[in-house]
Amino acid sequence: MATSSKTAAAAKQTKKKVSLSDQNLLLVITIVIFLVMYLGAIIFLGGGFRNAQNLFNILMQQSALIITACGMSLVMITGGIDISVGGVVALVCMSCAVCLDYMGGNVPLSILVALGIGLAYGVVQGFLVAYLEIQPFIISLAGMFFARGMTTIVHSQPFNVENEAFAALKNTRIIVPGMGNTNRLGNYVDAYINIGVIIALLVVILLFVMLRWTKLGRAFYAVGGNSQSALMLGINVKRTKFIAHLMCSLLAGVAGYAFFLYVGSGSPSHASGMEMDAIASSIIGGTLLTGGVGNIIGTFVGVLSLSTIQNIVSSIGLDDAWWTGITVAAMLCLFLIIQSVVTSRKKD
Amino acid sequence: MKEKSVLEMRGIYKSFPGVRALQNVDFTLEEGEIHALMGENGAGKSTLIKVLTGVYEKDEGQIFLKGLNKPAVIHSPQDAQNLGISTVYQEITLCPNLTVAENMYIGRTKGFGTNWRKMNAGAAKILKDLDIPADATQQLSSYSIAIQQMVAIARAVDMDCKVLILDEPTSSLDDSEVEKLFKMMRDLKAKGVGIIFVTHFLEQVYAVCDKITVLRDGQLVGQYEIENLPRIQLVAKMLGKELNDEEEIKDDSLVYQGADADKNVFEAEGLQSNAGIKPFNFHIKKGEVNGFAGLLGSGRSECVRAIFGADKVIAGKVKMKGKDVKISKPIDAMKLGIAYLSESRKDDGLVGDLSVRDNIILAQQVLRGFFRPYSKSEAYKIADEYIKLLEIKTASADTPIKSLSGGNQQKCIIARWLLTHPDYLILDEPTRGIDIGTKVEIQKLVLKLASEGMSVTFISSETDEMLRTCSRLVVMRDRKVVGEISGSELTQSNIMGTIAGGDKK
Amino acid sequence: MQKSGTKSKSSAGQFFAELTRKPIFIPIVALLLLAIFNLVMDPGFYAIALNHNSEGYPVLSGSLITILDNGSELAILAIGMTLVTAASGGQDISVGAAVAIAGSVILRVLCGTETQPESLQAPVIVAFLLACVVAMLFGAFNGALVAFFRIQPMVATLILYTAGRNIAAWINQNRLPIVSEPSFGYFGGTIPGIPIPTPFFIAVICVAIIALVLKFTTLGLYVQSVGINENSARLNGLNPKLIKILTFVILGLCVAVVGLIKVSRISTINYSVVAKDIEMDAILAVALGGNSLAGGKFNMAGSIMGAYTIQFLTTTLYKYNVPSEALPAYKAVVVIVLVVLSAPVVKARLGALGKKLSSKKNTAKEVG
Repeated sequence: MATSSKTAAAAKQTKKKVSLSDQNLLLVITIVIFLVMYLGAIIFLGGGFRNAQNLFNILMQQSALIITACGMSLVMITGGIDISVGGVVALVCMSCAVCLDYMGGNVPLSILVALGIGLAYGVVQGFLVAYLEIQPFIISLAGMFFARGMTTIVHSQPFNVENEAFAALKNTRIIVPGMGNTNRLGNYVDAYINIGVIIALLVVILLFVMLRWTKLGRAFYAVGGNSQSALMLGINVKRTKFIAHLMCSLLAGVAGYAFFLYVGSGSPSHASGMEMDAIASSIIGGTLLTGGVGNIIGTFVGVLSLSTIQNIVSSIGLDDAWWTGITVAAMLCLFLIIQSVVTSRKKD
Repeated sequence: MKEKSVLEMRGIYKSFPGVRALQNVDFTLEEGEIHALMGENGAGKSTLIKVLTGVYEKDEGQIFLKGLNKPAVIHSPQDAQNLGISTVYQEITLCPNLTVAENMYIGRTKGFGTNWRKMNAGAAKILKDLDIPADATQQLSSYSIAIQQMVAIARAVDMDCKVLILDEPTSSLDDSEVEKLFKMMRDLKAKGVGIIFVTHFLEQVYAVCDKITVLRDGQLVGQYEIENLPRIQLVAKMLGKELNDEEEIKDDSLVYQGADADKNVFEAEGLQSNAGIKPFNFHIKKGEVNGFAGLLGSGRSECVRAIFGADKVIAGKVKMKGKDVKISKPIDAMKLGIAYLSESRKDDGLVGDLSVRDNIILAQQVLRGFFRPYSKSEAYKIADEYIKLLEIKTASADTPIKSLSGGNQQKCIIARWLLTHPDYLILDEPTRGIDIGTKVEIQKLVLKLASEGMSVTFISSETDEMLRTCSRLVVMRDRKVVGEISGSELTQSNIMGTIAGGDKK
Repeated sequence: MQKSGTKSKSSAGQFFAELTRKPIFIPIVALLLLAIFNLVMDPGFYAIALNHNSEGYPVLSGSLITILDNGSELAILAIGMTLVTAASGGQDISVGAAVAIAGSVILRVLCGTETQPESLQAPVIVAFLLACVVAMLFGAFNGALVAFFRIQPMVATLILYTAGRNIAAWINQNRLPIVSEPSFGYFGGTIPGIPIPTPFFIAVICVAIIALVLKFTTLGLYVQSVGINENSARLNGLNPKLIKILTFVILGLCVAVVGLIKVSRISTINYSVVAKDIEMDAILAVALGGNSLAGGKFNMAGSIMGAYTIQFLTTTLYKYNVPSEALPAYKAVVVIVLVVLSAPVVKARLGALGKKLSSKKNTAKEVG
């Protein structure tokens, strides 16, 4: 009896394996690689990797990246790309910092500033890409340079924010029960996260639900899969692309605030290269550059993989700064090739 | 609007840069009728349909729909869907990355969310009713083109539509699938749906349709009851002339008389490419014109592509003028004196933005090599020579080739290959989508070239063109060579019989 | 009488319409606008002074000389970028990082493992040739990703963009070698006795070479054929993959030349700053030159003009005390205006609008 049910289960599994879609195949690859990497780190490197706090630290460090990467995935699923997100994050940080410290603003106002910048970016870039049909790469490249330039125009020097209400918000710790560990002195230390992580996790959950269970989410996939067909199937392709870019930039605004909460300062060099990390995370998470395939959970795991590999690189003694960049690039290269092989496999 | 009409289109005009695609076209569809829309390639059928479904915006004219007091406003496919017009296009217009069920429901459900369970159940039921062997939850791209097309039809049929448009839906379906489709169409007709049916297969028109509207060169020729329009007249109306106009261009004086007339120029044994054709044998003699006959998708093009090395060759032996050779990519074939005019002019032939001159010299330039470019004056001289020779109508040799008409584009591509002075010329559908005058010119040219000793393989969807030019036909069915016909056996009925695979009559 | 008047007018209009359709029209107009702007605002912009540098040799100075000097790097990169754009319909965003690598290689060869050697460890030519090989190899890597794995160029080159500056730092183990040999400075500065900056001559040589290559080989025809219709190109006996890789390799060569100029200018290197954002300017030069960023037909003269035009803009902005960090914001505005004006949708709309206006004018005339 037991064996028969086992074989039945096995049969079911093989059947599923045969019919694994691109989407799921890429997601599975990502998750497996991440788990292998993290478990390997726990077993061979031990130390910090054993504590849950290590994972939470990654989440806190990368909450802004998680949010931008999610926005990036949305745009990539519709077949576009947006490389202005890092610039927007820097612009948001600087604008909010100036708003709080020099213009006498308060926390709610600074949040409005962050969202406003994201919204403005989204409307302009979305319009240019969707309705004037200009290549998204060029538009967002210009957008990135505009944001970087504007950041220095807003304020040219880096500085720390001293607003008290903001400092309180920044230092808010949310204790995660039951995940703590005992330190060297034998005292129990609670594991904690910050507000940025809560925002990031909310974004991940909301976008996952949206992509899976709303008409808009499915329209994203349809447009990315074949925009001509999507048009014939009765989907408003231009509006869908517009919304994708709008959401991406708006999320970059949100990510900017999360980043601001984490660093508590404004600087022209903040979040430099974040757009590339966001693209890399999306790709590692199984989002296809050609559009139509992607998953927010994958993107989330992609960010974690990227940070974990950076952690591993530094903890095995390759401290030199360049190794991080080189490993990230190598990992990106590997995943791009896997994608290329997976998609061309379908055509043969 | 008449009492029984579900759709009336009045005075439709549509033009594209350089082309008047539709001029003053009227079209009327009554409820519960299956209405064939006929015309040659480029006659304006697809444009008319795309105007109706909102893919193109019409320049002028009005569209009336039953139950609407004023002219319908259709700016997008979505508008058309909402007005009860659903469409199945020739190319599959579904999203390969979505599941079968999603493809059936996306873009036409109400509300904000997606109810997967309901959608999958609904799709499964329709698939079962229509006897389509597909799983609703699978990714669409995991199924064959035929099944994808059936899914597209299922989607259209399931919509609560007043007008159903089927734009050449049968080209990838086999006979039993076509039968299924016809049954669906008759059921819908009984429910009062008006169906517009576009097809190239005359048999199918006479099997299911009630009325025929014929277009030619973007203009309305007329609307006819099916019983009043026998096939021969339908074809005449589509072509715009009596059938025997181009009948006798074959001329016995145009046969190659050289002493080496029975020597094989090219031979292939067990040739097979990765494009899914069965291994085949083939040969052509000096000065011979032969052809591949078979339906669209029977593997005709794949065979010649394998000969030219355009697809990856995976098996077989090839001889050129008696010598063993290896052809693994196009340049190999070109160096051996083989030229290949590809089936799809736009995708595989033209280099659209380049000038007529550059397009003509391209192949010969590649043969000459990287470090020996033609000088500008040489290139002009060659281009002008061939423009004159083939009577290509172009403003100058500098005109971008994409602004020429289809027939003249095709002549440029032929010039490109003639310039390489090939021993063996392969023409895959050289007459597709071009005007009738140029078609005759091309056929005459083929016979003339052969009489001068060139071997030519000529492929055309129109059997009578091949009958007029070829002395031997290789017949294909289901990606396999199934026979060879030559000499006095070369008749329309013999070819049809072999293609269909039944007993020869 | 009146009839002939309208006729000549319309033919003048036609001439103008024809001119605007020429690809080189955009950079020329942009250059003219900038030139006039500067002439009106401050004619001193055009002043050129003959000074003597610290070693007593004559050097010319002035805004125009700065444009010739700095614009030359861009012009050299624009050559390669134009070919890559034409063949693959995408752009290489890793050129800045690749310049850093090439520069780092040159310093590694010249200085060995010392930070400031007394004498050069190898001749400059050897260092340069090695940098060429390395840069061409990285170009081939980019090209292979694009050609064999069919990855969009901008994304394929993202890999090198991410890794490039790190690789450059790794080559010299993050040391900052300084070349003390003064003759090394000639490539990015001036040669004693010649008052015009050397980069301009290097650019002239590069332009001459590419002009000869385009004239005496079929590179132009092949690249355009591949860019316009890859299938057709293949069926005409070309090898599109090889040609795409070739364009990336040529760009690699351009990168090595720029790398030499860059390290020669300061006799050392700053890994994170050298040639920063130069890819943006190079892409912009291609677009400004009237080339479609989607590939196909290209116009090399336009791109080179475009490169100097951009440098003209940059120098003008500096003149008005725009800080260098804020510069990208202004350039971004220029890029957006350019791409919006050259977008097919906008062109079609403007064309329709123009037609409407002119037809209205005509009817008005008839009525009158």
